This record gives sequence, C-alpha cells and structure tokens, in this order.
Amino acid sequence: MKKALFASVATCFLLPAGAMAEDTIKIGVLVALEGVFAAGGADGVRNVELAVEQAGGMAGGKKIELVVAPSDTTPDTAVRQARKLIEQDGVDIILGPLSGSEGIAMRDYAKTVPDKTIINGISGALETTWVDPAPNFFRFNLDGSQWGAGLGSYVVKEKGWNKVATVAADYSFGYTNFLGFAVDFCRSGGEIVERFWVPLGSSDFGGVIAAMPDDIDAIYLGVGGTDAINFLNQYEQAGAETNLIGGTIMADQTVLTSKGRAKDALIGTPTSGPLATDDPSPAWQAYVKAYQDAFPESERFPSPSLFGVGYYVAALAAIQGINEVGGDLGDGQAKLREALSTKPLDTPLGTVTLNENRQASGSVFITEVVEDGAGGLKVELKSRVDNVNQTLGMTPDEFRAMGLPSRDTPDCTALGGKG
Amino acid sequence: MRGFYSRRPIWSLIIAIAVAIVLWLIFAPWPEGLVDAIGAKRIFLNAFFGGITLGALYFLVASGFTLIFGLMRNVNLAHGSLYLLGGYVGYEVSDATGSWVLAFPVVFIVVAALGLILQNQVFRRMEGEELRQTMVTIGLSVVIADIMLWIWGGQSYTILSPEWLSGPTVLPIISSIKSSGDVVYLKYPAVRIAILVAAIAIGIAMWLVLNKSRLGMLIRAGVDDREMLAASGVRIQYVFLAVFAFGAGLAGMAGIVGGTFQSLSPGEDTRFLLASLVVVIVGGMGSIPGAAIGALVIGLSEQIGLVYAPTYSVVFTFLIMAAVLAFRPQGLLGSTR
Repeated sequence: MKKALFASVATCFLLPAGAMAEDTIKIGVLVALEGVFAAGGADGVRNVELAVEQAGGMAGGKKIELVVAPSDTTPDTAVRQARKLIEQDGVDIILGPLSGSEGIAMRDYAKTVPDKTIINGISGALETTWVDPAPNFFRFNLDGSQWGAGLGSYVVKEKGWNKVATVAADYSFGYTNFLGFAVDFCRSGGEIVERFWVPLGSSDFGGVIAAMPDDIDAIYLGVGGTDAINFLNQYEQAGAETNLIGGTIMADQTVLTSKGRAKDALIGTPTSGPLATDDPSPAWQAYVKAYQDAFPESERFPSPSLFGVGYYVAALAAIQGINEVGGDLGDGQAKLREALSTKPLDTPLGTVTLNENRQASGSVFITEVVEDGAGGLKVELKSRVDNVNQTLGMTPDEFRAMGLPSRDTPDCTALGGKG
Repeated sequence: MRGFYSRRPIWSLIIAIAVAIVLWLIFAPWPEGLVDAIGAKRIFLNAFFGGITLGALYFLVASGFTLIFGLMRNVNLAHGSLYLLGGYVGYEVSDATGSWVLAFPVVFIVVAALGLILQNQVFRRMEGEELRQTMVTIGLSVVIADIMLWIWGGQSYTILSPEWLSGPTVLPIISSIKSSGDVVYLKYPAVRIAILVAAIAIGIAMWLVLNKSRLGMLIRAGVDDREMLAASGVRIQYVFLAVFAFGAGLAGMAGIVGGTFQSLSPGEDTRFLLASLVVVIVGGMGSIPGAAIGALVIGLSEQIGLVYAPTYSVVFTFLIMAAVLAFRPQGLLGSTR
C-alpha cells in the first residue's frame, strides 16, 4: 500500500509542468499520511483520485490537476503544508484536512487567504464551522456532534433504555460526540445517571467498571481504538452485566477487526455515525462498487473508510462547484463560493446542504453490531436520520445557550431529561 | 525488620498506621458518612485490587529490567519490545493450541532465547560502554517494533483467558450490607486474581533464589562489585547470560498477562518501557523488593487516580517519581553507592 501511496504522490508531483496553463485548475489535497490516521489518509487520496477520474479529469471545461500535501495530524504541520500548497504549488482549492485540531487551525488559516477556497476533508470538530467560521471554509461532512444525533432517541424508543451511565474519552472529540448523543437522549426523556471521563490512553478500566451504578439500563461508551478494546476486555472479565451503547469511534473498523474475543462484548450494541457499510441506497452501492473496481483489492479497504468517503464528498463538491461556474475562478473565486454555498450536493451518503456557517446538514446512520457469520463482526443498518443540522434541531440561539461541548455540557435536565 | 524499627521508630509507626487504615478500609463495612464522602466501598475495593493487579504486571516487567541493570549496569531500552513480543507470541500459541497456560513456558523459552542472543552477540561486545549500549538498545527497540508491526500489523490483540478464569469470582470480602441485612460480597475478575497470585509466587521465588541459592549469591555479589567477583574466578559471563535470559523471559510472560487483561498493539512496548523505568526509579535500581514496592505504588496511584481524580491520574505517577527523585534519589529501597 505504501508503494502505491508513494506512486500516487510522485505522479502528482511529476505531472507535466506544461499543463499548468490557464486551462487547468489545481486542487491541493491536504491529508494525514503519517501517524495513527495514515491508512485512512491514504484512502482519502485514493477517493479524491476516484472522484476526479469519474469526472473524466475535467471540471468546468478545465483539466484538474491534483497536488498531494502530506500532514501528520498536527495543526502546525497542516498549516505549513497548506501554505506550501498555496504559495509554492499555486493551488486554487484545498481539500482537507483530516483531523479535528487540524480543522480548527485551517479555519484560522483560511481567513488569511480569502481568495482561495478550502473544502474540509473529514475533520469533525464542532468549533471549526461554529465558532467564528471562515467565509471561505466549507464543510460537506457532518461534525462530531451530528454523528451522535439520533442514537439517543433510538435507544430510548426502540430499546427502552432510559437510564445510562457514560464513559467517554476526556478530550474534545469525546465531549463533542457525546454531546450529540446526550442532546437527543435527554430530549427523549432519558436519564444520565453518572458521567465518567477517562484520559486518552487509559489501559485499565477495572475501577471505572466497578464504579458503574447498579440500576442502569446501559453504558454509553465514547472511547475508541485500543482504549475501547481494553474496556471491552475488562468489562467482559468483570461479568458484563448490562447493555452497551457505542459512540461513533467505539464500533469502527479498528475495534471490529481486532484479534481476540474482547470485541464480542459489542454484539448487539447500537451505535451511530456518518455512514453504514451495508446502506442499501443505490447511490452508496454504486459508489462502493466504483471504489472496489477502481483499485486492486490489496491496495484498498474492503469498502471505503470514513476518511475516504469524506475526501470523496469534498472532491465531488469541488467538481460540482467548478462545473457550476464553468471554470470561472476569477474575482477571488466569489462565484465558486456562491455555488458551493447554495447548491445541494448529491453524495453517496444522501443529499447534503450547507447552512449559513457553510456546515453540512445530512444523514446519520444508526447501526447495530452483529456477527458476520465468519467469526468476525460487522455493523448492520437499523435506522437512518435525515437532515441532521449543525444545531441538532435547535435554534442557533438555543444551541449557543447550551454551551460548547465539555464535561458538563449538555445539561441533561435543561433538555427535558434527568441527571 | 527489627533493625528498621529501632532506626526509624517514627516511620515505622506511620507505616503501621497506614497499613492498619488500609486493612480497615478493606475488611470493615463502611459507615454511611464515608460512603457519602467517597462513594461505595465496592468502587474503592475494585480500584485498590485493580491497582495491585496492575502493580503485579508492572512488577513482572520491571523485575527483569532492574536485575539486568543492577548486575550489568546495562539500561536495556529494548525491554518493552521483549514484553510486546512475548505478548504476540503468546497470542499465536494460545490461538493455535487453545491453551493459555501452555503459552507461558513457550513464550518464556522463546523470549529468553532472544535475550541470550542479545546479551551474547550484542551487549557483550560493548561492556562498560553505557552510552553505546543505550543507543544500541534504542535502535534495537525501533527495529523490533517495526518487525512486529510487519508481522502482526497495526490492529489490537487480546488473548482469551481460559474458561476457568473467565468472568468474575466472589471474594470473601464484604462489599456492602443491604438494608435487608443481606451481605454482598465483592465480585472480582478471576483472571486478575490468578495474575496477582502468580506475580506474588514469582516474586517470592525470585527472592528465594537471590537470597538462598548459590546463583543468587553470585548475582548479589555481581551487583555489589562485579570486577571483584570476576577476579575471584567466577565465570561472570554465564551469570550475565542467565540473568539476561531470565529477565527477558519474565518480560515475555508479562506480555501474555498484559495481553489477557489489557490488549496488545504497537506502542505498548514503549508504554511498558516507560512504566518499568518509573517503577525502577521509584523502587531503586537493582533491587527486587524495590521493584515490587515501586510497581505497587505506581499501579495503585494509576488505578485509584483514574477512579477518584480521572483528570489528574496521569500526573500522579510522575509526581511520585519527582518526589522520590527529590527526596530519595537512590529510590525507596535503593542503596547509595
């Protein structure tokens, strides 16, 4: 896979310099190719290539030229690479970044280059498009709190779980993703008995598991990766007495493909996120098929990853925007920004529209973890919530009054729940 | 023991009171006021036993580390890699044979053999050159980590504990008394108790070997003054080999333990290297009882911190280390030389 990656990066750099005339539009792909998300980032590059190829390499009558800039998920690298893309490579549009803190840094950087357009890759921090958003930063994917929407009412109405304790990671994404769940859960009348915030990288949850209150219907888990696996392992060893509800990163591929039986504690766990691999909608199925056909099996995931889909949608948005303005990027790209803001975008995840903060409203998928019959686990689509907006159905003022995600926000009682 | 009491009567008293309080907290039913103040007894007990189990795991890793350092003055920064390798090999063995217990001897032999090769082929060539050894061990740990990533990939592994150790077991310790008068006993994961018992057994065995056997005598003499020992005709290279292999094998077995009640993934090697460094700094370089006490202190502070003050739990470990370095730089049980 690494080889393919290098090859694709290399080809991007080696594209003939002669093609840099006015009949080309340069698109920079800012993506993490080092660090924990490297595999997902590489999938992002693949998906941008796929989208461009599907458009015949053209948009608005002009040739598209891709420039890949690798980052390592840290904000300063992201900004440095973005600056390189704009100042040295002379790109017109940047697709990216990948991670939350990079997104916030890029929002601030975007304000310093008002004549260029930045379309978010898959970063999911709420603040990026909520607090002091940049006029030329567009996000066509949902943010971390939107990913949690719909799950709360699902567990209350479908499962009858009204009292939960929560264990979530003590950092920005943990708060944000939890907020999406909690808002919905509390509005449905649920009760959050106790909230536990655990530091990232905690390996021993024995004490936390013992501290779970007795009379709860389920535990909400907002931890991911190895933390999630450690929790599940120790939870099973301690007797596994109640139900689980998974945050978006709880039941993702890193946990579902881990070796050993710890993950079996997840069977039957409802979770929510921006995509469902078994989504029957024709748009999604066609996209998965195109993805699988475009790359040999050894160089891709079985189906597109979350990161890949994010970059794919960003590339679709860019191509549609450029087509809409007929390739006219003059006047500081004002027309392009207008087109991006107003025209709904058809994506494999459903139709996406942007709000006044240039943040997407779209669909959230509620899934449950089931056995795949071959000793592994997979997720099964249970329900789908459309038109989830940035303020989770509240007015912007109500949402603002609730406060930014933190350990104590949202206040469940204020939303009609308890605890 | 008596010597300590007569030298340090006040400290002895403080330690005795602390032990008495802990015993009371564990065995006595808690009064209402205490439960209101710091939560149910069950939570405290689980955090407390969790800390001891975690300490047992740290002890298994750190005791080999401290022996190797004490004897050979060799800071083996590839020790964490031996831990992770042991875990992966243990997973393969238990997955292939279905036997968790069988994994322990196999892993001990495999990792100890790797330790023999390392000591014989690498460290012997640079004896006494501490900087060079340190650099080489860092290099080795990077290489081994990459090889393991290549073989086992980036995903997480957990080792399945055997049927008779799965699930919780009931301990004869009162957790709470219900209003109806029923006594609720403490439930605790069986596999953790097994780990704890095994670690105590290994610790006692090591202490016996070190203090009662001829090999132990050689090792202790080597820790004190290896030039003198070599000059008196002992083939010190064999002692080195034995200690290195044993320390490596112990770290490998700790990998199985860690893989059973936590998980294995790239990065665990450095985490456990760091943990053993802290344990050894707190406990005192080259001292087995020191490693035991250091591991216990660090394990308890991590677990109790995680439950009662999760935000600061990461800090406690390093606060303890800083305090020890400030007031007793040789470590709690280390000797000044």
